[in-house]
Amino acid sequence: MRAFEYANPGTKEQAVRLLGDSWGDAEVLAGGTDLLALMKDDVVAPKRLVSLKDIAELRGIRTSPTLGLRIGALVTIQELLDNSQVRRSYPAIAQAAEGITSPQIRSLGTVGGDLCQRPRCWYFRAGFGLLARDENGDALVPTGENRYHAILGNGGPAYFVNPSSLAPALIAMRATAKVFGPKGAREVALEKFFLAPGSEGEREYDLKPNEIVTEIVVPPLGLARSATYEVRQKMALDWPLATASVVISLAAGKVNSARIVLGHVAPIPWRSEEAEQALIGNAVTEAAVEAAGAAAVSMAKSLGRNGHKIRLAKVAVKRAILATARGGAR
Amino acid sequence: MAEYKWPDADKRTLIGKRISRLDGPQKVSGKAKYTFDLNRPGMLFGKVLRCPHAHAKVVSIDTGDAERMPGVKAVRVIAAAGTELRWQGAEVAAVAAVDEPTALDAMRAIKVKYEKLPHLVVDNDVQAAGTNARPTAATTTGDPDKAFKEAEVVSEGVYGMPVITHCCLESHGSVMEWEGEKNLLVHISTQAITNIAPNLAGPLETTATSIHVHQDHIGGGFGSKFGPDAWDVAGGRLSKAAGGKPVKIMLERDAELMVAGTRPSSYGRIKVGAKKDGQLVAWQSETWGSGGVGGGGSPPVPYIFNIPNQRKQHTAISNNVGASRAWRAPNHPQACLLTMSALEDLAAKLNMDPVDLFMKNIALTGARADVYSEELKIAGELIGWKKNWHPRGDKTAGAMKRGLGVSIHTWGGGGHASDCDLTIQPDGSVELKMGTQDLGTGTRTTITIVAADTLGLPLSGVTHLIGDNRYPASGGSGGSTTIGGVSASTRRAALDALDQLFAKVAPALNAQPADLEAVGGAVRVKSDPSRSMTWAQACSKLGTTPLTVRGKNPGPGTLTSQGVGGVQMADVSVDVETGVVRINKIVAVQDCGLIIDLKTAESQVYGALIMGVCYALYEEKIIDAKTGRTLNPNMEFYKLAGIGDIGELVVHMMTGKGYDERGVIGLGEPPVVSPGAVISNAVANAIGVRVPMIPLTPDRVLDALEKKGGNNASI
Amino acid sequence: MSDEEKVKEKDSGLSRRKFLKVSGIGLSVPLVMGHRVIKVAGQEVKLFGPGKTPITLAINGRKMSASVEPRVTLLDALRNDLDITGAKRVCDRGTCGACTVIMDGKPVYACSVLAIEAQGKAITTVEGLGEPGKLHPVQQAFVDNDAQQCGFCTPGFVVACKAFLDKHPNPTLEQVEKGLGGNLCRCGTYVGVRQAVLQAAKAQRGGRRNG
Repeated sequence: MRAFEYANPGTKEQAVRLLGDSWGDAEVLAGGTDLLALMKDDVVAPKRLVSLKDIAELRGIRTSPTLGLRIGALVTIQELLDNSQVRRSYPAIAQAAEGITSPQIRSLGTVGGDLCQRPRCWYFRAGFGLLARDENGDALVPTGENRYHAILGNGGPAYFVNPSSLAPALIAMRATAKVFGPKGAREVALEKFFLAPGSEGEREYDLKPNEIVTEIVVPPLGLARSATYEVRQKMALDWPLATASVVISLAAGKVNSARIVLGHVAPIPWRSEEAEQALIGNAVTEAAVEAAGAAAVSMAKSLGRNGHKIRLAKVAVKRAILATARGGAR
Repeated sequence: MAEYKWPDADKRTLIGKRISRLDGPQKVSGKAKYTFDLNRPGMLFGKVLRCPHAHAKVVSIDTGDAERMPGVKAVRVIAAAGTELRWQGAEVAAVAAVDEPTALDAMRAIKVKYEKLPHLVVDNDVQAAGTNARPTAATTTGDPDKAFKEAEVVSEGVYGMPVITHCCLESHGSVMEWEGEKNLLVHISTQAITNIAPNLAGPLETTATSIHVHQDHIGGGFGSKFGPDAWDVAGGRLSKAAGGKPVKIMLERDAELMVAGTRPSSYGRIKVGAKKDGQLVAWQSETWGSGGVGGGGSPPVPYIFNIPNQRKQHTAISNNVGASRAWRAPNHPQACLLTMSALEDLAAKLNMDPVDLFMKNIALTGARADVYSEELKIAGELIGWKKNWHPRGDKTAGAMKRGLGVSIHTWGGGGHASDCDLTIQPDGSVELKMGTQDLGTGTRTTITIVAADTLGLPLSGVTHLIGDNRYPASGGSGGSTTIGGVSASTRRAALDALDQLFAKVAPALNAQPADLEAVGGAVRVKSDPSRSMTWAQACSKLGTTPLTVRGKNPGPGTLTSQGVGGVQMADVSVDVETGVVRINKIVAVQDCGLIIDLKTAESQVYGALIMGVCYALYEEKIIDAKTGRTLNPNMEFYKLAGIGDIGELVVHMMTGKGYDERGVIGLGEPPVVSPGAVISNAVANAIGVRVPMIPLTPDRVLDALEKKGGNNASI
Repeated sequence: MSDEEKVKEKDSGLSRRKFLKVSGIGLSVPLVMGHRVIKVAGQEVKLFGPGKTPITLAINGRKMSASVEPRVTLLDALRNDLDITGAKRVCDRGTCGACTVIMDGKPVYACSVLAIEAQGKAITTVEGLGEPGKLHPVQQAFVDNDAQQCGFCTPGFVVACKAFLDKHPNPTLEQVEKGLGGNLCRCGTYVGVRQAVLQAAKAQRGGRRNG
């Protein structure tokens, strides 16, 4: 880690003013589970760290039947998981949180941090930049070790996968992020929050260098059912190979609305309208989920070493839909 | 003159029992101090600048900025301009500073210009390796061509395993401090206390007798810590340059995974021929692999089964990857995977139960055929082989397929040279001194058990001192040689000490020394136990002079021997939609002669199985071919199994008649040999096709399923 | 950076601008300077570092002071500055669990917390649980079940198990396997750890202090 100066302001107004105008000046410190590792690997080297820990209004979970679920950006993954309302009414979120199988990470890691963590792409972490290029500007991922890279939205220049555990579930639930900056607050649908960067200077989310996420708002789900399914190799702390979060409503035994979002398959959490359309109008049968799974990966492309992820994404979609029918159990 | 043998089963008071390791309370409370934990007075923190390229030449190096930084006490260039560096992570320069952040800043302030040179990091393609491939001539036994012609069934396949690392949790490193110009105090994380001084003396320009080496605890070695290493030498030089201040250099995790040792990869194209009844008649193998610049060893195939007609050829590939080191049972896991996979594939082709195939050919296993037979039977019962095994391919419905696999393995494990001093004080206290080390295998505990059992004392009656080169030299802990060596030298010392003590005590008991025995904290007459005195009373007969006896191995009597056999069976489930493999159960049946401490012995086997699950399912050093960069020098993508990934493990130790009388034999290596093979075989049995390469990751499993079993898969 | 801040900075001794310039050529300034105060959004905010700054940590019930740069992690402050070395540095990237400590009742990776951020929190390391002669039930269970070999992952594992049992006093084997996914062992002691956790749970339910 390189030297930096540290501030822990008490209000969000102070926090955003302490942040720089350009990326690299300063970084926001929440749980620290990702940021400190990035700094130790010299992937980012901020001159100032702005800790949010003393900003009380960023904490807390509030639920109401009319307003839904409001999650402060500093709520930890463990707090989210321990919340009985979340477990009962938003199982896809709880299941996504459970996928972070380290209690130590869950105790430190925050919801805001989960959304804003940086990609785990090993070329990025080894110092080749977000777009993973060598000194000649040639992209390393398409011809290199891409077993964990994107199968959707992978036409370049970004090939990494979005690492967020919670984003697919939150997007499936039409959540919005409240963002605060020097010009005040704004709201952005989480579905629009993530971006595939087109150049090395860009980040993979819709924040200016001096903006922070303050809250996530999840509208009430009503009678809709939700589930998250992760394909993962290890039970212990490990990154999933593909995930799917699903929210569906049934009427007369048939799906009348569906939101299906895949994780770890694309530079952004990948909403699959193809899968949703394939499912709507059908009962949740083996054939219907097979069709939805196939539709989800109909546009998927192997980069060479990650063809298996196409199959895994399909399985994740199928099993997530089936899990909703079983009341959300994994 | 004592009779140098182990006590009969009914006379053992501690040997062979389940005893908790003596340093357990220290370790669980954080009191155990490892080299990494030392904070010596005035200690400086050292950092090593490493080459980012797989192959490069140093054009220039400028340490000026680093030297001028406040808090920096010494800077040393390791690779001067012109030096060729042949792997990523090779040492370039080292710094020492008052604290760790300053040392890090100083390391980063060193300016190095490199000229990049062509590199090779891929190790699975002999053609692509070009002149880096060093083929050896084929060797032939019998008449393989004729035997293959006469074979009724021939199975061919390609199998392999990649380079993995040791990944010791305590990284390599040391604290070096000079006392004056000549004397050096070394704290180092090492498997070989006795190796350090002789190997440091030359590079640090002093004498071995001037170097004091000490280590209380070591956080893992697995064959990679026989050092000293380049960074230890650098630490010694930095300390000297800083006026003797202690300098601590412990490797960062990325360096640990890049330069501190690997297990060589091994790949093979194997052909096996048999008669219809399963009788093995012919073997042919082309094998290749790499262990870095050195190329790596040739795996001893066919493993254990000495098939009569053979043709074998091996190609070592030299590449630009940190060099290999002995990795727990060197070359055996590779040979085992290649052989046992090929035999299991052959069994499938013969429509034969692989256990029957093994039994049909058990004579080919040689001297331990009876041991393997007995172990196969026990393992089969423990895993329910007859009930649960099915011909290749689980035909039940659903995505989860279950299968069973079997493998056998062997190792030597005879005791190494070991000296110790056992001292009995006139007050009855006993001290054992030995220049050995306890890698977590339980060495401390076992030598104390042997001494106490021999002297008829409780464990608390013997104190031990190890981990210092001022104690009698005992060998490095590698190759499962420690337990045989240290238990034998301790036993001899204790028996000789008793002899001398009995000579002093005999007159007072009105007996001959040979008539005495030490039992239950007393010295007594064998034929008349009522004539006895307490241990303390007996020791008081020494007068004012303590009794010190040197115990040695090798020495008289058969206290250790070598050669063991083990059998493992695995029960796995494979999700054929995701390719994810889960371990249901692994059974390990293992012999190791006389067991000193059953509890720590079983721990060795459990640990080996878990390490085996790691390399069978997860571990792989991943290097980018184009840039030559290691992509997973961390514990996030260099994956190890967690507590929920290992399934149920069952360990059965072969003890008692037929085993105990062989003496003590090492146990660290043998049980880690089979897991790759046994898990791969169980997966093949579950899904109906061979996954040629371990680790058995979802991509490889799905790929094999897609290719429908033609084992022509490219590696 | 806001104009407000710039104005204020001119008055401070070592300005941020100066620090940025210095750090640009890779020099660090190892001096203790406490903090400086700037006015942001109408209120004063303290800026610490980049040099050493005094911190106070509450460790195992004792207040301990050190002087560290803001970039120093809790783990390194414990080990290098306070000589509390039970928590180990292994991966140093929040993966392996060897550095696990309990912070305000929750298990955390000490490598992933800045020391300066850990101020005001109750920190328990393995040393705070018990010592030879009076081991905590979890520690005793580790000894009894040989849940350790080289012992380097052990302190972190012991602390993680303690935190796990605080939350799950009566765990099933499945909960143990799921709930301890944040610790890795290389020697392969998981069989002993599983048994140890179940034994410790039983001992704690029985109300015995020493397992």
